[in-house]
Amino acid sequence: MSTKNENWLYTISAKQALISFNFKEVWNYRDLLFLFVKRNIITVYKQTVLGPLWYFIQPLFTSIIFTLIFNNMASIPTGEGVPSFLFNLAGITSWNYFKECLTGTSDTFAQNQGIFGKVYFPRVIVPLSTVVTNLFKFGIQLLVFIGFYIYYAFFSDPVSNVAPTKAIIFLPILVILMGLLGLGLGMIISSMTTKYRDLKVLVVFGVQLLMYGSAVMYPLSYFKQKLPDISWIVEYNPMTIIIEAFRYMTLGVGDYSLLKIMYAIVITIILFLLGLVIFNKTEKSFIDTI
Amino acid sequence: MGKEIILKTENISKQYRLGVVGTGTIGHDLNRWWYKIRGKEDPYLKVGDSNDRSTKGYSDYVWALQDVSFDVEQGEVLGIIGKNGAGKSTLLKILSKVTTPTTGEIKTKGRIASLLEVGTGFHPEMTGKENIFLNGTILGMTKKEIQSKLDEIIDFSGCRRYIDTPVKRYSSGMTVRLAFAVAAHLDPDILVIDEVLAVGDAEFQNKAIGKMQEISGSNGRTVLFVSHNMAAIKTLCTKAIVLEHGKVKFKGSADEAVDFYLKNEITSSGEHYAHETSEKSSDILSVSVLDSQNELCSVFAFNHKAHLKIKVKVSEKHLPVSVLSVRVIDQYERPIFTSEIYLKDFINSAGIHSFNIEFPNKTLTPNDYRAHVIFHIPNQELIRNLESVVSFNIEETGSELHKYAGLDYGCVVLDCKWNKI
Repeated sequence: MSTKNENWLYTISAKQALISFNFKEVWNYRDLLFLFVKRNIITVYKQTVLGPLWYFIQPLFTSIIFTLIFNNMASIPTGEGVPSFLFNLAGITSWNYFKECLTGTSDTFAQNQGIFGKVYFPRVIVPLSTVVTNLFKFGIQLLVFIGFYIYYAFFSDPVSNVAPTKAIIFLPILVILMGLLGLGLGMIISSMTTKYRDLKVLVVFGVQLLMYGSAVMYPLSYFKQKLPDISWIVEYNPMTIIIEAFRYMTLGVGDYSLLKIMYAIVITIILFLLGLVIFNKTEKSFIDTI
Repeated sequence: MGKEIILKTENISKQYRLGVVGTGTIGHDLNRWWYKIRGKEDPYLKVGDSNDRSTKGYSDYVWALQDVSFDVEQGEVLGIIGKNGAGKSTLLKILSKVTTPTTGEIKTKGRIASLLEVGTGFHPEMTGKENIFLNGTILGMTKKEIQSKLDEIIDFSGCRRYIDTPVKRYSSGMTVRLAFAVAAHLDPDILVIDEVLAVGDAEFQNKAIGKMQEISGSNGRTVLFVSHNMAAIKTLCTKAIVLEHGKVKFKGSADEAVDFYLKNEITSSGEHYAHETSEKSSDILSVSVLDSQNELCSVFAFNHKAHLKIKVKVSEKHLPVSVLSVRVIDQYERPIFTSEIYLKDFINSAGIHSFNIEFPNKTLTPNDYRAHVIFHIPNQELIRNLESVVSFNIEETGSELHKYAGLDYGCVVLDCKWNKI
């Protein structure tokens, strides 16, 4: 019957290749990505008084509290001449981007089942738009960081000796890594929560635990010195590597080596691809299981 | 043939698991995976009942669709008819790629856009214009396409004045208009539509049906259309398929399919009342609703005649004075009309007799009706009063007023005489 040379545009069937990711299709829907980002940004702070100011407030207060508790009270050293507030702000800023990407994408399917059940578009657009939206937030928080950075570098008394290292030119790569890592993990989690809701509960406190294991409010070197037996947990956590590298690039303190960065890149790519595959598999039939 | 087949579905089946996902799900998943890695077929695919809601099945799995195959030609408007739960929505979901079939495949030569709901993705905080763009891109248009049609869309919706106001301030009718306006300007090769016409007021419904005709007629677009509105199916579609319990029961022209569907309804439910063993000397023994072929029936096309067959037992004493009345009431209990006879005008002996009353066709507006049958001596004795003893349904199959379907435009359609003076 189908011996005729029929050229079908596409086929909908049960069979699916392991990696059937259609980049061209995603590209065709780029306008949708843009509009989702726009929607996310303009609707979040509708009918709030402070609006986007919330982007500033959250990292600022967290840093102040971290400084009070971990540095002033528990006297964790943050490196010579580096103000602990700036140290914490650097950690929080980079951690926040990863965290927002992870939590924002981890309930993609549950959040969007209304739309997903009614119309088809490449589902991956939604988590992608979350990551891009968060990039704006990250940009604003980075501005805050730069503001305090300038203050501490030039106007504080005594002037601190923070100085960016040459490696700062790789900062964009670092940002991409954070985003991809969050996206990859988020996609894996969102795919699994369609069937097993338990994971949703896990994410909330899992992320919190992960923060303590990612050298956000302490330097890796100090952790290694104090708890050498379990320091590998923190050391091989890709987020630790990214955060330490971020502080190395901007403040000049931190554990930084090309090898470790390469390791983080590999882990990120593996997680991202894994996420993509699982996400892709899920998007085809999740509407029946959610 | 000549025409090119643009969409081909081959043996589409879809299985659903019933019950609560919880204990046992992981077990089934693992079992499935274990079969899969050994290269065996999914063990749960063999089980499964056909999808009949009313009877209790033996399996946790049901087939919402089973071996559905059909071809759609370029420019064809295919109607999909079926009762609730026949698998129409599942089929649409598969066609629009929201979910995948369990087995089988669909091949297509064109871009499919689906309209299972109007206003998907509308955000209440965003303005009308922003939502046009958002909704349009969700449905698969590009920003450029929308930009070029923006004026048309806004005019069609009739919401120009509110276009820069957040949609949460809109009335629900306005939201629907705006949403339909976007959908109506979609430009895919194949358009899949669920019953979205059942929204808005009469004026807007007219506009919507007109637009649908324009899309399918002059533009030569291929359309797949699901509806309960038989009139819409008849006017819009060229071909239709009838689904029942997830299987294709009929394929053919729209008119034939509608007839088949209505007839199919007949066998599933006929209205009948019986009390043959009555011990009274005079009584109503049975009442049944019949079609013109004398078969039990409860659904009639607008242009078909419904019949009531009434069997009575009458005694010598009652024969000269008794009256048999039939009163038809609508679903709101409004009496529509009463028709009655004196038995003595028809029969001259006591005993058991049957009567047939034929209701005129093209008179009762498509709706649900019930009939009271009363056997009595006027103002004197009530021999038997059967309230709402049988019910029947007039189906919209293309009355002149079908464009107002869903609205209350009266209980009867009368052939009034109009003159220009």
